[in-house]
Amino acid sequence: MYAQLVKTDAARLRTLDEMDPQERAFQERIDAGEKIEPKEWMPEGYRKTLVRQISQHAHSEIVGQLPEGNWITRAPTLERKAILLAKVQDEAGHGLYLYCAAETLGISRDEMYAQLHSGKAKYSSIFNYPTLSWADIGAIGWLVDGAAIMNQVPLQRCSYGPYARAMVRICKEESFHQRQGFHIMSVLAKGSDAQKAMAQDALDRWWWPSLMMFGPSDDASVHSAQSMAWNIKQDSNDALRQKFVDQTVPQARFLGLTVPDPDLAWNEEKGGFDFGQPDWDEFYAVIAGNGPCNRERLQARKDAWDEGAWFREGLSAHARKKADRRMAQAA
Amino acid sequence: MSSEWPLWEVFIRGQHGLNHRHVGSLHAPDAEMAIHHARDVYTRRNEGVSIWVVRSADIVASAPSKKGPLFDPANSKVYRHPTFFDIPDEVGHM
Ligand SMILES: [Fe+2]
Ligand SMILES: [Fe+2]
Repeated sequence: MYAQLVKTDAARLRTLDEMDPQERAFQERIDAGEKIEPKEWMPEGYRKTLVRQISQHAHSEIVGQLPEGNWITRAPTLERKAILLAKVQDEAGHGLYLYCAAETLGISRDEMYAQLHSGKAKYSSIFNYPTLSWADIGAIGWLVDGAAIMNQVPLQRCSYGPYARAMVRICKEESFHQRQGFHIMSVLAKGSDAQKAMAQDALDRWWWPSLMMFGPSDDASVHSAQSMAWNIKQDSNDALRQKFVDQTVPQARFLGLTVPDPDLAWNEEKGGFDFGQPDWDEFYAVIAGNGPCNRERLQARKDAWDEGAWFREGLSAHARKKADRRMAQAA
Repeated sequence: MSSEWPLWEVFIRGQHGLNHRHVGSLHAPDAEMAIHHARDVYTRRNEGVSIWVVRSADIVASAPSKKGPLFDPANSKVYRHPTFFDIPDEVGHM
């Protein structure tokens, strides 16, 4: 998912009886499935946690354009190029929907950009891996967008209105992303030996980072429990990971590809697959800024912001000039 | 000084002769660019045939705390709904 390790500031979960009347009324509205809207009273922790979660999510959509953007000029056909361009453009849109949702909580767009550019705000670990071949574009759509869908679908019902509505728009577009990726993979998997090997290599490299997207086990995490009580998180990280594996392994088999996990085995009793754990040391290293592409990704965002400054200023100057002219005419 | 572009609220009329509906917001330096951005951000899949944009700062909203005084008075006026009146079956459709 695109928001990993979101802290809540909660030391422990409090009961309704321990809350003051205002907070208690707020919690009861959430328990009744009501939506919280901007400008309504909310606990400071709820507001802060949502700002962290939504901005992390937005940053992930924006940074997530970079690994795929790498292949727009190298797509194998004009049609694939147009499809990839549309997909990457959608991701820009997802970032914008989410930034707007976060802004309703009182943080400005410039502040969020500054937090991303300074490294203070995080984005999903998955986008710090390189896209080495065309098959990686297939693997990203199939696995990465597939994993994102797993937690974005329940978020459509989350308690904060603007976030829930942004998720509805996003979910409508994600299915296209996953299918175009799967389609790339199936063409390669049915192709020459070299193409098949390319598809397998992409699966080998993207499988574990995709499982890491759900974050480490959070069954014992007070942050996770608090986020669930606020209904801004619906499922545990392990539950979503299990769901993802159960859905994806049969698809890999359909493609004739091998999931790179020696521990993978069907467990009749639980009605799901048993599977191995990703390398969590690697995960923490990537989150801390030391993945294969962290520096490159952040630099690309900073360069885009700095090198676009003259253009943003030009548009502002033009808008001011037109407004002044209108004023002069009206006077 | 912040050079952030102002925020605009975006309303789209769908294909089917419906009202313009609020779909979200975006930043743009002026109205013309706001329409361009709205086209790219909110209508990539033929979602609309017409766009309105309005500066968020120009919207006047009712206060959440006024919810009771504003809307509660309608609760007791159930006779405003047709289902309040029983019409005998033999009268037929009404
Ligand atoms: Fe997305
Ligand atoms: Fe996507």
